[in-house]
Amino acid sequence: MRKTVIGVAASVLLAVSGQAMASGGIELPKQHWSFEGVFGTYDRGEAQRGLQVYKEVCAGCHGLSLLYYRNRTGLGYTKDQVKAFATEFEVEDGPNSEGEMFMRPAKPSDRFVNPFANKMAARSANGGALPPDLSLIVEARKGGPNYIYNLMAGYVDAPAGVTVTEGMSYNAYFPGHQIAMPSPLSDEAVEYADGTKATVAQMARDVTTFLTWASEPNMEERKSMGIKVLLFLIVFTGMLIAVKKKIWADVH
Amino acid sequence: MSSESQWNNPVIKWVDDRLPVFTYMDHEYNQFPMPKNLNYFWNFGALAMIVLVVMVVTGIMLAMQYTPHVDHAFVSVERIMRDVNYGWLLRYIHMNGGSMFFIVVYIHIFRGLYYGSYKSPRELLWMLGVVILLLMMATAFLGYVLPWGQMSFWGATVITNLFSAIPIVGEPIVTWLWGGFSVDNATLNRFFSLHYLLPFVLFAVVGLHVVALHVTGSSNPDGVEIKGPQDSVPFNPYFTAKDSVGIGFFLIFFAFFVFFAPNFFGEVDNYIEANPMQTPAHIVPEWYFLPFYAILRAITFDVFFIPAKLMGVILMFGATLVLFILPWLDTAKVRSARYRPVYKWLFWVFLIDCVFLGYIGATTPEGWRVLGGQLGTAYYFLHFLVIMPIVGKLETPLPVPASISEAVSGRSSNASATDMEKS
Repeated sequence: MRKTVIGVAASVLLAVSGQAMASGGIELPKQHWSFEGVFGTYDRGEAQRGLQVYKEVCAGCHGLSLLYYRNRTGLGYTKDQVKAFATEFEVEDGPNSEGEMFMRPAKPSDRFVNPFANKMAARSANGGALPPDLSLIVEARKGGPNYIYNLMAGYVDAPAGVTVTEGMSYNAYFPGHQIAMPSPLSDEAVEYADGTKATVAQMARDVTTFLTWASEPNMEERKSMGIKVLLFLIVFTGMLIAVKKKIWADVH
Repeated sequence: MSSESQWNNPVIKWVDDRLPVFTYMDHEYNQFPMPKNLNYFWNFGALAMIVLVVMVVTGIMLAMQYTPHVDHAFVSVERIMRDVNYGWLLRYIHMNGGSMFFIVVYIHIFRGLYYGSYKSPRELLWMLGVVILLLMMATAFLGYVLPWGQMSFWGATVITNLFSAIPIVGEPIVTWLWGGFSVDNATLNRFFSLHYLLPFVLFAVVGLHVVALHVTGSSNPDGVEIKGPQDSVPFNPYFTAKDSVGIGFFLIFFAFFVFFAPNFFGEVDNYIEANPMQTPAHIVPEWYFLPFYAILRAITFDVFFIPAKLMGVILMFGATLVLFILPWLDTAKVRSARYRPVYKWLFWVFLIDCVFLGYIGATTPEGWRVLGGQLGTAYYFLHFLVIMPIVGKLETPLPVPASISEAVSGRSSNASATDMEKS
């Protein structure tokens, strides 16, 4: 009986891991992340520094359109800080009473402002390539955070014999290795307020933590609820087992 | 049940005399005799019912926030995930609930295959189950399209295109299904409508499945019918208690995925909004369709006048439809594989074949996997169409116990049976 249960469970897992194997491709070295595991939470320092990297480096080309400025309170910023951050950006609003559209400073209730007016403008400014929106980038790539980290830190010289197309860069972890995005990070590309040394590896880590948070801002709530739910269910099931045993005690 | 009402409470008595719901519940879920030798594999029907209810409840709530429009569907799902109170919880329950439903139902089906639950007099019960499976598959497929991610879109494109394999009327049928000339807004709208409708049809067929079950009673691991009160226990409290234990374990399993691995069963590509201009590198269906997907792709050659694509479609649908005639393909005199020394092993070979087909369906059909998929497909049908009829005739079954109580312990249990009648 038990063997059968395990067998069926194993077959389900096998089918699913087969699915994972279908991805094929490049082995991603694994990083240790603060948000991993049952008790994982986003490292606020990393995420805040990552936001800075996003704002000063990525935001030139990549949108974060599913996020509102107000979401930043989830990273440990105060409401005033969120307000101040938002006012740095301009959004189009209107029409006003004269029927005109107008620009105004962003509010916490606005979505992160996109760097380009539309997809065609984005393509035109990037040699035909479309910089993807980063709101879900960690969930939308096999390997998730490890993929993003390695991609950021994976710009190396092309191996001998590989010609990189004009306008493309060589990346050890990008599928096909030729990526339209030039290496976005270089040492000291940003200056961290907390004194952390801005190496490429550090910035890649920080921005990955930030983007993982952006992909799923509710993860901490999910895990903390999950622990309570599981503890309850385990105790409850234990009681159900005891009840069942008592009821069935007289059946032979 | 006598015609004289057994109820003391005047309100219950008044209602029951006019609409005997209380008598019905008492008869079907309180006193209903259940074989006392059922193992935990008999929990999975109840578990499937629980998942269906969970899916309907979470689905109705998600529908209140979801927008079935190509420009808004993807973002509306993310709005549910981010801005709707506990929207992430509803959506993760619903998303993983689909996988849970198939896990539970597949175990339920394989239990039936092992213990011969489909054999007379339960043929119609089994066939209703196959209808439920087909409805589930349709509902799951339609639902997977709704988030309008890349896999949603391309999965819908691939599967609806299957109908184009039908000679002459194929292309018009596909256009009719799409409501246009490609998978587009009209398609998404009707898929949403049908995804909302089918679960209620499912409920109706589940109702019939349960009615049919309560006519024949549950089968059991020994495959001998209940012959007297010593063989059975009343549903309540024995199976309310036992099913509850199963439900407890199942909810732990379910909750683990919802809270700690919510995207385990999913495809990363579905977190990219649908883009008709860009085909994903690998289009794979959800895991529960993989064996059928492997069968669909297995045929790489024309069979006489039937083109390969049409043959693949026929076999894919045939893989489920063959289950309808299983009660007549199995010629064995004995129900349970417990007493079938040869079939017992063939069952496991068949299960492995299904898992193997799942692996083939998940991977790209290259090299040895092409032949592997063809052999796996051939064996799938061989199992039902050739092995089942022949083994049933040739195999010498082990001696079957005279009754359930003899099978359980080999000793009489009249004493306990009389105890139960008091409870």
